[in-house]
Amino acid sequence: MESILHWISANEQMIYILVLVIFLGFVIIARVPAVLHTPLMSHANAISGVVIMGAIIVMGRADSDNYLALVLGLLAVILGTINVVGGFVVTDRMLEMFKKKK
Amino acid sequence: MGVSILSIVYIIGAVTFIMGLKMMSNPASARKGNIVAGAGMVAAILGTIFLFRNEDGTLLKNHGWIFGGIAIGTVIGVLSAKRVKMTAMPEMVSLFNGLGGASATLISVVEFNHLAALGFPPEKSGAGIMAILFSGVILGNITFSGSAIAWGKLSGKFKDFAFKGQHIVNIVLLLASIVLSAVLGGNLGSGNEMLLFYSVFALSIIYGVLFVLPIGGADMPVVISLLNSLSGLSAACGGFLYDNKVVFTGGILVGAAGTILTVLMCKAMNRSLTNVLIGSFGGGSAAAGGSKEQGAHKEITLNDSAVVMSYASKVMIVPGYGLAVAQAQHTCHELQKMLESKGVEVKYAIHPVAGRMPGHMNVLLAEADVSYDKLIEMEQANDEFPSVDVVLILGANDVVNPAAKSDPASPIYGMPILDVGQAKNVIVNKRSMKPGYAGIENDLFFQPKTSMLFGDAKKVLQDLVTEIKGM
Repeated sequence: MESILHWISANEQMIYILVLVIFLGFVIIARVPAVLHTPLMSHANAISGVVIMGAIIVMGRADSDNYLALVLGLLAVILGTINVVGGFVVTDRMLEMFKKKK
Repeated sequence: MGVSILSIVYIIGAVTFIMGLKMMSNPASARKGNIVAGAGMVAAILGTIFLFRNEDGTLLKNHGWIFGGIAIGTVIGVLSAKRVKMTAMPEMVSLFNGLGGASATLISVVEFNHLAALGFPPEKSGAGIMAILFSGVILGNITFSGSAIAWGKLSGKFKDFAFKGQHIVNIVLLLASIVLSAVLGGNLGSGNEMLLFYSVFALSIIYGVLFVLPIGGADMPVVISLLNSLSGLSAACGGFLYDNKVVFTGGILVGAAGTILTVLMCKAMNRSLTNVLIGSFGGGSAAAGGSKEQGAHKEITLNDSAVVMSYASKVMIVPGYGLAVAQAQHTCHELQKMLESKGVEVKYAIHPVAGRMPGHMNVLLAEADVSYDKLIEMEQANDEFPSVDVVLILGANDVVNPAAKSDPASPIYGMPILDVGQAKNVIVNKRSMKPGYAGIENDLFFQPKTSMLFGDAKKVLQDLVTEIKGM
């Protein structure tokens, strides 16, 4: 019990972020019209690629002879980049079409 | 100095993600929102590469590897995003999502190996950290394998697959991964860590596969949205591990937004999330559909359809999945212009879940230059149907099935539908009498007002355009 309390107080900031951002996410999305659901899903998907920064840190820390970490890290960076870049480009392509009005 | 600049970059990054999502809620600002969030992401990534400092104050190394990876990923990402057909968008999103999940898992794997090499120092491998590391692996793996299956299903590579007691097997698998993680967390340094760790890894992969396999193709958008929110959470786990607040914020934001989006999609189909995930769609419907005696349907020729439509004063087009598959959105727009030149008022009635993802139909029609104000949403369309002369249904089925209103035994009972029966005439274009995605018979096809116009949507539309032109 005490260790849980200690863990909570040690990570107080993160827990604040967690709670506030959950509410924020709910509020923002609740107002999106149905027509934008597909681009929105794709946009959110691109944002979930933020994990690529974790991959960059993993890689940047690895010793240059630690091939396991380097190879896995490289793979993580590649996959994360595809997620981020592909996600934003695809969303842009979809939204570009919404703009064409006559 | 560098570290404080990085903090500012991260704060700006987090703000752009929030603003981007907010701007996405309005068609006018959506594109800008996407670019804003993208710019924030690029800034945060560059900041991480050049300004991030480890606990001992050293900068990140291996820039060659990092930029190599980014270059490869960018080329693949841009090419696949530019080349994908608009109709294949759901698969693409699913695939990208799965890759993000895999990336999150890999980070946890490297981190675990790193901790193992250090001999699991207690200050770096406490219960909290371990719980988050394992959550990252489990969530990332479910996202990865689940999205891969969803991708396969949407592109027609895998069929629905379910066996008796699958839900129980799934629950056991998930519980086993969690229990094994707990055992592992309590026995660090026992020598079996790697075996246990990779067991958790394997179990969560299998869980992802079995979790998505039995869910029907029509429900894939909901599943992708759910997996998207899981990938956000797995990213957040990575952010927590590295005490990286922009990754954490972004991940949680996607987790929360994805969850709400999933719920909104379920609402549009008037079903609960549990029903989507556990009630395999195809199963119950066979019994409901089979017991009913169906009448005869009536066919209409191309020529008659062309006559009926060009002498109507108001035509409502109901596009569906079939239109998307046949890539007929451009031809559809041609038909619209042709009818308009004859003085016919043409509108499109868009069901919220028409196509393969909510809003997908709007994107497809927008691609074909159909103007935005021609597309009307379900409630308004239902108000207008009584004044409509001809409804042309193009490859839509379940969204116009009256069983959703009248037959409590139907699996889609309660789903709001486009009430096309109110219009004076209904012409249904389908490839055959085969039931739609949900596998349910549609009484609409047997009503006296309804005429069937069989054929591939694109071919039929082209022929209609030619017919009307010649009149």
